[in-house]
Amino acid sequence: MDWGQILTQIFSQGFGTQAVVFALAGIGLNIHFGYTGLLNFGQVGFMAAGAYGVGMAVFWLEWNFWFGILLGIAYCLGLALLLGVPTLRLRADYLGITTIAASEAIRLFVRWRGNRERTGASEGINDFADPFYANNIFTRPGSQSYKFLFFEYRADDLWVMLIGWTVVALCVLVTWQLMRSPWGRVLKAIREDEDAVRALGKNALSYKLQALALGGVIGGLGGMLQVIDKQSVQPDTFNPVITFMIWTVIIVGGVGRVWSPVIGAIIFWALISGLEVFLRELLQTGAGDEFEQFLNLNVSNVSQVKFMAFGLGLMLLMRFRPQGIFGSREEMALDDR
Amino acid sequence: MNESDPQRCGGDNKLNRLTKLIAALAILGFAILGLAPQSLAQDDGQSMFGTLTYENEEGEKVPAEGVRIFSEGIGEAVSDADGAWSIPVPGAGSFPLEIDTSTLPDGVNLKNADRAVLDVLVEAGQEKRALFGLLFGEAGSTAELTQGEGVSGRRIAQLSVEGLKQGLYLAMAAIGLSLIFGTTGLVNFAHAELVTWGMLSTFLFNAYGFAGFIGFLAPLPPPFGGGVNLIFAAIFGMICGGLMGYLLDRTIFRNLRRSGTSLIAQMVITIGMSILMRYVFVYNFGGSPRSFKDFSAQTAWSIGPVDITPKDFTAMALSIVILIMVGLLLQLTRMGKAMRAVADNRDLAESSGIDVQKVISVVWIAGGSLAALGGVFFGLDQIKWDFGFRILLLIFAAVTLGGLGTAYGALVGALIVGLVINLSTIWIDVELKNMIALLVMVLILMFRPQGILGRAERIG
Repeated sequence: MDWGQILTQIFSQGFGTQAVVFALAGIGLNIHFGYTGLLNFGQVGFMAAGAYGVGMAVFWLEWNFWFGILLGIAYCLGLALLLGVPTLRLRADYLGITTIAASEAIRLFVRWRGNRERTGASEGINDFADPFYANNIFTRPGSQSYKFLFFEYRADDLWVMLIGWTVVALCVLVTWQLMRSPWGRVLKAIREDEDAVRALGKNALSYKLQALALGGVIGGLGGMLQVIDKQSVQPDTFNPVITFMIWTVIIVGGVGRVWSPVIGAIIFWALISGLEVFLRELLQTGAGDEFEQFLNLNVSNVSQVKFMAFGLGLMLLMRFRPQGIFGSREEMALDDR
Repeated sequence: MNESDPQRCGGDNKLNRLTKLIAALAILGFAILGLAPQSLAQDDGQSMFGTLTYENEEGEKVPAEGVRIFSEGIGEAVSDADGAWSIPVPGAGSFPLEIDTSTLPDGVNLKNADRAVLDVLVEAGQEKRALFGLLFGEAGSTAELTQGEGVSGRRIAQLSVEGLKQGLYLAMAAIGLSLIFGTTGLVNFAHAELVTWGMLSTFLFNAYGFAGFIGFLAPLPPPFGGGVNLIFAAIFGMICGGLMGYLLDRTIFRNLRRSGTSLIAQMVITIGMSILMRYVFVYNFGGSPRSFKDFSAQTAWSIGPVDITPKDFTAMALSIVILIMVGLLLQLTRMGKAMRAVADNRDLAESSGIDVQKVISVVWIAGGSLAALGGVFFGLDQIKWDFGFRILLLIFAAVTLGGLGTAYGALVGALIVGLVINLSTIWIDVELKNMIALLVMVLILMFRPQGILGRAERIG
């Protein structure tokens, strides 16, 4: 068994683009759920809005790529308004069902064949992000990749990761400052007792809407980064399971803590991909045949074990440590409201 | 609530409960995991697949057999009797996929002649569906085809029957969800997996008998080592569904209620459970769609303006009978009254001597077996590991539309959802029909959040 390979994989996935994307989406969801107590099960809808903003701007409107980012942000704000105004009055479980339904509606709509000219329908939008890579500071003549110790990165990946982690740092900073401000304290008050906030004369709906929009835009940035990294916008990558992964990420870190989505994303991806590469290595050792024989485990279904572990992990985490690594149980906004 | 008895929640018991929970989960997983028979899981990993069908002169959907599909340097496949084909690919990436038009059946053409070569983007571990639109007769433009056949009485009648069918099957799944919500307040995201579970266990019993669950029984005669008739298999599937419902409540949710875990936390736990169950299913069952051994190919009866296959007719009639029975049981029996009492006001019911724990158990058993039977009926068309998840939001739409927590509301809501999504295809593209159901749900929540039959109470 090649432990070096396993560790390399754990490290590079834990700090790779997927982790950045989930950290961003998690920061957004943390603002929704962790600080404001909004049970948003449709975070992937905001990611899709951001991603399709960039993609459609280039593909359909033939705008400059960088204006596409603005369009993505505008889509997220629009979605927050569209979703928030009717549904933020609802009780938590209804809000959850509505948001998950809205995110599925978005996915079904963008993959509709009638939208082929606008969103590329089920084929999606490909190769639209060249201007992003044109500014790559890591590009150098001769070699396409960089080697550090055991790790080897393509220049393009390094560029995505640099920008990504910078955006994550900025978002963390913004969240941290905002949540210390009077505005942030109102959000936390809404989470604890919305009626009390109303009684103090605050417009709770307006605050919740602002929180939804802010978290949505940050989630949208995550979506953009994901599609820029792959140079491809695919409707079916924005399915509800992604939302639940983001939930796991913020619960691992600890809901309502500034750093939790970042730490959560790193741990989540390190564990998930570590498990997969460990099992793959295990199958290549002499014991592989026994695993195949008794557990039906083989190279083709290893990735399903990863999802089982994710589901089981979410259950156990929620049961035994809902406050995650850093959170406090008292602050966990899990009351029924 | 006497469930949160402090003594039962003491620290000593925590370890005990942890072991119990893990044991329960292990049973859940391995009951079907390690014991699966001769690798049912087939071609997983990443692949491209699809089904080639076209509409013949009579407007019936027929599979195109023997069509060669190939990807340069990757592989090729020939579509089977169901029109299905699949090409495994070595890794993630973009692959050119081409259809050999000379192998198409006589008179069949591509809908869009310039789409004989597709660029298919496959992600790691993904099974990517690739679609070649086929058409009997001369190739036209896609725009004309998506318009549908316009409004005619015959079409409305046919779509209404389709809608009624889907609505009835959805109702079977939705009633359990609604009753569980009513009695415990839990929104169970894993309910759709009970539908899949009913479908899969019925398929296994139908195709392999008990050996479908416990591999070493294979040499024995049926029903141990061989498949049995679908009707018996369906009864077995219902029992499996009820059993699963009971086990889930007994091992997981009863403990969660006792430990005072909040409903939102329980809901997130059901989400984790739904993912776990779904991937246990695909691990053992494989990713490709299947169908039952019996009644798979039937010619439709023409009743008045409507074409309906005998199996669908029977299943619809059966589901009507069963739904009426459920209604009568709820209305007339002691247990039914107790259920409604608990749903209405749990504390009051408890203080008037109703054994709430038992009622909840019965609700889970009934909900599980009804969902399983709904799964069997849905499975007459297609059996797939993630079928339940794909209709989960329709079930939610049905339940919220009718009013969360009311059994009759779930029935009404399911029928409305079924009819709306099928009839909406008269005006809009088929691909958007599920979206319509979701939008209707959002609209209802905006204007009448308690649903059609629900009582007005604070839900906002």
